[in-house]
Formats: sequence, structure tokens, C-alpha cells
Amino acid sequence: MIAALIFYMFAGLAVVSAGLVVTARNPVHSVLFLILCFFNAAGLFLLLGAEFLAMVLVVVYVGAVAVMFLFVVMMLDINFLRLREGVAQYLPTGAVIGVVLLIELAMSFAGWSFAPDVEAMLASPAPTGGEITNTAALGQLIYTKYVYLFQASGVVLLIAMIGAILLTHRSRSGVRKQKIYDQVGVTAKDRIEIRKVSTGGGI
Amino acid sequence: MFTIGLAHYLTVAAILFTLGVFGIFLNRKNVIIIMMSIELMLLAVNLNMVTFSSYLNDLVGQVFTMFILTVAAAEAAIGLAILVVFFRNRGTIAVEEISQLKG
Repeated sequence: MIAALIFYMFAGLAVVSAGLVVTARNPVHSVLFLILCFFNAAGLFLLLGAEFLAMVLVVVYVGAVAVMFLFVVMMLDINFLRLREGVAQYLPTGAVIGVVLLIELAMSFAGWSFAPDVEAMLASPAPTGGEITNTAALGQLIYTKYVYLFQASGVVLLIAMIGAILLTHRSRSGVRKQKIYDQVGVTAKDRIEIRKVSTGGGI
Repeated sequence: MFTIGLAHYLTVAAILFTLGVFGIFLNRKNVIIIMMSIELMLLAVNLNMVTFSSYLNDLVGQVFTMFILTVAAAEAAIGLAILVVFFRNRGTIAVEEISQLKG
């Protein structure tokens, strides 16, 4: 009963905020509703017993991706009202395609049932009985069986980081920068000049 | 009604995915909202994966959810970087203006 009510709360809030993400007039509000949607999805993950992924969702999506969106929306000086022109014109097409897609998904999910011999075909069965937490079980799987894929996802993130820096970096001219190499490389000869001064002669 | 099963979670995921597709059609001019819609669709896929993983007692779904999360984060970073560069060069982010790359 309580679990069902909590599920309906998380699911309802996630769906409502997802709807507001795509319909909000102000993109900043869209991003904030996206954050709310991620929080509620994390709640659903918790209900499903995937604690680690729920926390990762909050940390990665809310903490990094959504804030990055917010940063870009606020940094770029964009006339968002002009971008919203023609929404009413696109609404019927979008609604038709959305309804068709939803009906298709409902038809494929409505008659869903697991195969009778599915238990024998599990790739890596989750440990039952509560002797090991979800995080520990996931860690034991990631660092053994899927270690190459785990490394590959690290490479994906590295390349994304390099790409983002390379794309957005620009070298500006006329900026006075501290050149530490030159500063350290200075010797006494560069700074002091010793002259022999003859008496009464001057330099 | 009060026993939550696989179908409930799959319904939520399907609605979220549909809203993502709907958002792409609705905000056809605004790249930022389109990218947020893509994030919504990826979230729906993740929810499907975790649901099946939980109801099948199979952890692989959660492992691959993590990989999807990684790829989604990388995609968002690169997409927003391209967006910033494009805005710096052209002063707009309207999708119909992005036609320089067509062959």
C-alpha cells in the first residue's frame, strides 16, 4: 500500500515534470524540471532496488549534466521567444507521432511475460538473500566480467573531455600571461650588467 | 492497482520516452530543448533496463545502465560544446540555420 503510493508519487511527478520540460516557455524552467524528473527517476530506481544507480543518477545527471545545461542556457544570449515560433504548427504532427508511438509501446508491453526457462538463461544472476549489497554486487561484476567494457567507457569519457576542451578552447591575442618558464630561466647575466667605470669618466 | 509490477514501471518508461519524442517535434527550432528531450529518452531506456534487471534478478541490466549513463554524459558534453562553438560563430542556435555542413 505505502510502496504503491510512493511509486505513484515518483512516477506521477516524473511524468508531469517530463511533460513540463518539453512544454515550458523558459528554457531555464525546462532544465529545472529536467532535474526534478531525474530526482524522481532516481526514486524509482531506489524502489527497484538499484541503490547505486540511483545515487549515480543524482550525482552524474543532476550534479553534472543538468548543471551543464543550465550553464549553457544562461551563458548564451539567445532570444528564446523567437525559437518558440511555430510551436502550434508542429503540435499536431508531434502529438500524432507521440500517440502512435505510445500505442505501439503499450501493445508490445501489454502482452509481456517472461519465458518459462528464463531463470536458466540469466547472464549474471543477482545475489539474493541480502548477504551482499547492490553496490558490492555491481562492483564485483564490473571489475571482473565487464572490466574491458568499464575501461572502454572510461576512454569514452576521456575522449569526450578532450573533444569538449578542443572545441571550445580559443587562444585570445593581447592577453598578458605569466610565462613561468621564462621567469625561472632568468640568470644573473640577464638582469645585472657589470661595467668598469674609469675614475671621473662616467658611463 | 496497489500491487506494483513490471507493467507499471514499463508504462512509466514508455510515457517518458514518448514525451521525449514529442519534445523533439514540438521544439524543432531549439537545440537545447532537443538535447534535453534526448536525455529524457535515455532516462526512459535506463528505467526499462533497471526494471528488467530487477524483475529478472539479473545484474547485467544495471551494468549496462551505467554504460548508457556514461555515453549520455559524453554526448551531452560534446553536444553542448558544439552548440557553444556554433553560437560563437553564428550568433544563433536555430536548427534551420545549421545547414553549413550539408554535403
